[in-house]
Amino acid sequence: MSAIGTPMKRREDPRLLTGEAKYVDDIQVPGQLWMGMVRATVAHATIAAIDTSAAEAMDGVFAVYTGADLQEMGLWGAPLPCAWVVTPDMANPAHYPTAVDEVHHLGEIVAVVLADSRYRAADAAEAVVVDYAELAAVPNLDAAMAGAAVAHSSLSTNHAYHWPLVPDPDALEAAFANAAHTVTAEFVQQRLIPAAMEPRGVLAVPSPYGGDITLYSSTQVPHILKVMVAATTGISEAKIRVVAPSVGGGFGAKLNINPDEMLAVALAHRLGRPVRWTESRTEAAGSTHQGRGQHQRIELAADAGGKLLGCRVHIDADMGAYMMLITPGVPLLGSFLYTGVYDVPAFGFTCDGWFTNLTPTDAYRGAGRPEASYAIERAMDLLAAEVGVGPDEIRRRNFLGGGDRFENLTVASTLVFDSGHYGPNLDRALELADYDGLRAEQQRRRAAGEPVQLGIGLCTYVEICGLAPSRALGGLNYGAGGWEHAVVRMLPTGKVEVVSGSTPHGQGHETTWSQIVADKLGIDPADVTVLHSDTAISPLGLDTYGSRSLAVGGVAISMACDKVVDKAKVIAAHLMEANVDDLVFENGAFSVAGTPAASTPIQAVAFAAFTAHNLPDGVEPNLQEQVTFDPPNFAFPFGTHVAVVEVDTETGGVRLVGYTAVDDCGTQINPLIVEGQVHGGIVQGVAQALWEGVHYDEDGIIKNPSLMDYLVPSAAEVPSIRTDSTVTPSTSNPLGVKGVGEAGTIGSAAAVMNAICDALSPFGIADLPMPASPQTVWRAVESARATTGGAS
Amino acid sequence: MIPAPFDLVTADSAEAAVAALVEHGDDAKLLAGGHSLLPLMKLRLAAPAVLVDIGRLRDRSFVRDDGAHVTVGALTRHRDLETSPVLAEHAPLLAAVAAQIGDPAVRHRGTIGGSLAHGDPASDLPAAVLALGAVLVAVGPGGSREIPAEDFFHGFMDTALHADEMLTEIRIPKTAGAGWSFQKFNRRAQDWAIVGAAIQLGPTPRVALINMDMQPLRASATESAVAGGASPAEAAAVAAEGCSPPEDLNADAAYRRHLAQVMVRRGLVEAAGRSAASGQSTVT
Repeated sequence: MSAIGTPMKRREDPRLLTGEAKYVDDIQVPGQLWMGMVRATVAHATIAAIDTSAAEAMDGVFAVYTGADLQEMGLWGAPLPCAWVVTPDMANPAHYPTAVDEVHHLGEIVAVVLADSRYRAADAAEAVVVDYAELAAVPNLDAAMAGAAVAHSSLSTNHAYHWPLVPDPDALEAAFANAAHTVTAEFVQQRLIPAAMEPRGVLAVPSPYGGDITLYSSTQVPHILKVMVAATTGISEAKIRVVAPSVGGGFGAKLNINPDEMLAVALAHRLGRPVRWTESRTEAAGSTHQGRGQHQRIELAADAGGKLLGCRVHIDADMGAYMMLITPGVPLLGSFLYTGVYDVPAFGFTCDGWFTNLTPTDAYRGAGRPEASYAIERAMDLLAAEVGVGPDEIRRRNFLGGGDRFENLTVASTLVFDSGHYGPNLDRALELADYDGLRAEQQRRRAAGEPVQLGIGLCTYVEICGLAPSRALGGLNYGAGGWEHAVVRMLPTGKVEVVSGSTPHGQGHETTWSQIVADKLGIDPADVTVLHSDTAISPLGLDTYGSRSLAVGGVAISMACDKVVDKAKVIAAHLMEANVDDLVFENGAFSVAGTPAASTPIQAVAFAAFTAHNLPDGVEPNLQEQVTFDPPNFAFPFGTHVAVVEVDTETGGVRLVGYTAVDDCGTQINPLIVEGQVHGGIVQGVAQALWEGVHYDEDGIIKNPSLMDYLVPSAAEVPSIRTDSTVTPSTSNPLGVKGVGEAGTIGSAAAVMNAICDALSPFGIADLPMPASPQTVWRAVESARATTGGAS
Repeated sequence: MIPAPFDLVTADSAEAAVAALVEHGDDAKLLAGGHSLLPLMKLRLAAPAVLVDIGRLRDRSFVRDDGAHVTVGALTRHRDLETSPVLAEHAPLLAAVAAQIGDPAVRHRGTIGGSLAHGDPASDLPAAVLALGAVLVAVGPGGSREIPAEDFFHGFMDTALHADEMLTEIRIPKTAGAGWSFQKFNRRAQDWAIVGAAIQLGPTPRVALINMDMQPLRASATESAVAGGASPAEAAAVAAEGCSPPEDLNADAAYRRHLAQVMVRRGLVEAAGRSAASGQSTVT
């Protein structure tokens, strides 16, 4: 029986659900000091004075350091890193863990308290008095572009960079000149708070006499963090061990090199005392990077039949106050996807990055691709209306490859899509959603003039994941490669240890990896143990983000298994006194082809390799192989989502009443985990459409920093999601796998907004901003009723 | 999310709780289920020096049929209101309101007395007791006194309770099968109402509004219209009369006024339907 393709329950879940798993906050060490952060309460100001005397006098307080104190102590070897300098002339103001003279966003650290308990640290931090001389703030993208105020006094402009991707400008001009139909739309991707279930946290444990330091961090990227700790603090990389214990979600927010974390390491190292910190929710709103933050303008040109001729996109991207690890690159991750699943002969994309006095933006589930998918999928609905065909029909007319199966197809953005088969995927989704039945019900409600109208929204997305071919990343000036490392070793008793460079934080890697190894080695998945997330155990790795773990790390494990079998075969042939070329490996045992009765299990070979009593000449003892896999191409999952909403035209309330998702992530290792990822991803995208969004006032202050006002949805807001899949294997790796961690988010915001606009189309409402709050929807309906006399 | 330091006093009786309040004065706050007070303390928006824990007074948690009215102990949790057969029969509005408060965790901890004493105009239970014409009983150093619900709510998180008084029970007149409705409009199930309406028909029809002013209040113009035989649409059109609705990220005042009309209209229709189903006339 094949383990691959089996919906096994996650082996991680019992220990997570019972509380047996340990998170950073569960790890306690003697002598630890808690950090309490004094954070900027204004968005832009010079620091006139800081009075730490009251805090220093409080019980249990070990020390209070201002930014100036820390600089004087010489803690920093370099500013916090930006690993993606997208253009040679990109502005990149130095970003140190604490502000010294000038604060640039709400929540920036201006001083840190060390105390013997979390409560005392919080009390003392509150007792530090900071005198700010406020400067004009840049509270949003519009203000950044207008330029009346500048976010950094050290800069003359808020403009950070200009990045173009226009493969053929003449063809693009011609496409628009020859178009029968054009559509122009502008969308705002509001800022989002990632809100992982476990907040960020860190514990740095030094060894004052050994000189090394262990950093326990709630991070997605222990390997990257280790390098960056060395670069930022000057501590020798060889002395740093980073451990990511159980990590309760990240969504990109734990893919960064954060000021608080660097403070913990540097202070622990300097003081010789363990130093820890755990973020509070309200603190996180200003201190953890946010997602999205873009203004998009998309133009489509099409012929009389709605066949696309060209697509032109410009986005203005809100960097926030600083360039963090991949801040400037996030909008560009979407650049290649603005033509979606469509055959677009001519394409052009430009992006300007801008500084604001807001918390920095960076990766958040989908990172650039949900934004791109949103723009093209909303614009396709507008084009359908312009041409006068249905949203399904406009998509069919434009599918790459005519909707038929393709492999290794070069698209307008110059990338090569690994594989796709879009037509049947759309067919299946419409069938599963009962699209025709929904349209009939919609017509009934419209005809009856019912107050609660029905809307149906489609999104046929494609995304880019499996980051990534190292050469491609180098071409984008990204500061690292995209390989992944794996070790597979058979132990003397026949059990298997896998060492993975991917770092799970909720994805179920241990289950998935065990299924791959079980199939490859012909053993029970329960016999596979997966080691990860500790740089002392797994020294090589590039961690988990960009839906890369399976398509890169999982493939590396599979390839390492192949090498184990290859070596075992040589040993087995020797033990069996057979010719290597005559041996076959089936169901976990070697036998001579045609005589399966006389077989040697791989476990027996592993024991022989361990004792090394009788190995062929030149064969090293033990069965352990490693692979570093650098994929030749990205992977391009796709799918069709159908959202059904009820819009109450009297209150403006929107209720998501149905959701169907047919995703194609290539070969599936564990369909249950795939389904779980799809569910969570969908809800996160729906949240952008309906509930979430950071509200800043004109001074750059967050008005909804707590989960009372920042509306993360719960199960009560979401209907049962119908899922199915098609399977179009990737050509980018031997397993044929793609990635599914972000796909749901990439497809769902557009599907929901298309559904709302579909419901309100009789009112002449073509677009609404996200989130489509009841007040927003009600005002749009009222306004339409006032100008047109009302539709229904 | 870290509260400021405070002292904790555990009361083993209502009298002991009152004594602690007398001793500590304005520095003390009663702690029941903690679902209103603790969030404020964690955000450091409230920093009482002393918390008097009354959560162990289990004898103050009950729903009892007392003949003409139902008596509810102030420490009765929302979940117990939601599932009470006595309320289901004699004051179903209260059970229905309790069932929509927060989420299951909140409903298993929060208490009716705590919610009422908090006096938050965005909370649901104040509207319920206003619509039901309940009487609240408080005990202080001088003994106990009765406060009609309509006299209880004074302003934003301000009630008729003195600093040294504790709410002990709520007396709810039986509704005798008269129609009722609870309408709550919010963006997530667990949220406070953006606007809500609690409606209880009967000899004195009452309509109470949630989150339409600095304090929980009744829609008196609508009540008069209903009593005068107006249609639900006519009565609802004046629902926001006299209100000064708050403004926040969810709603400005104009939108709240509009929502109040929609909620009240839908509520009056639903309540009338319930009256008809139980053989009651819509208005008496």
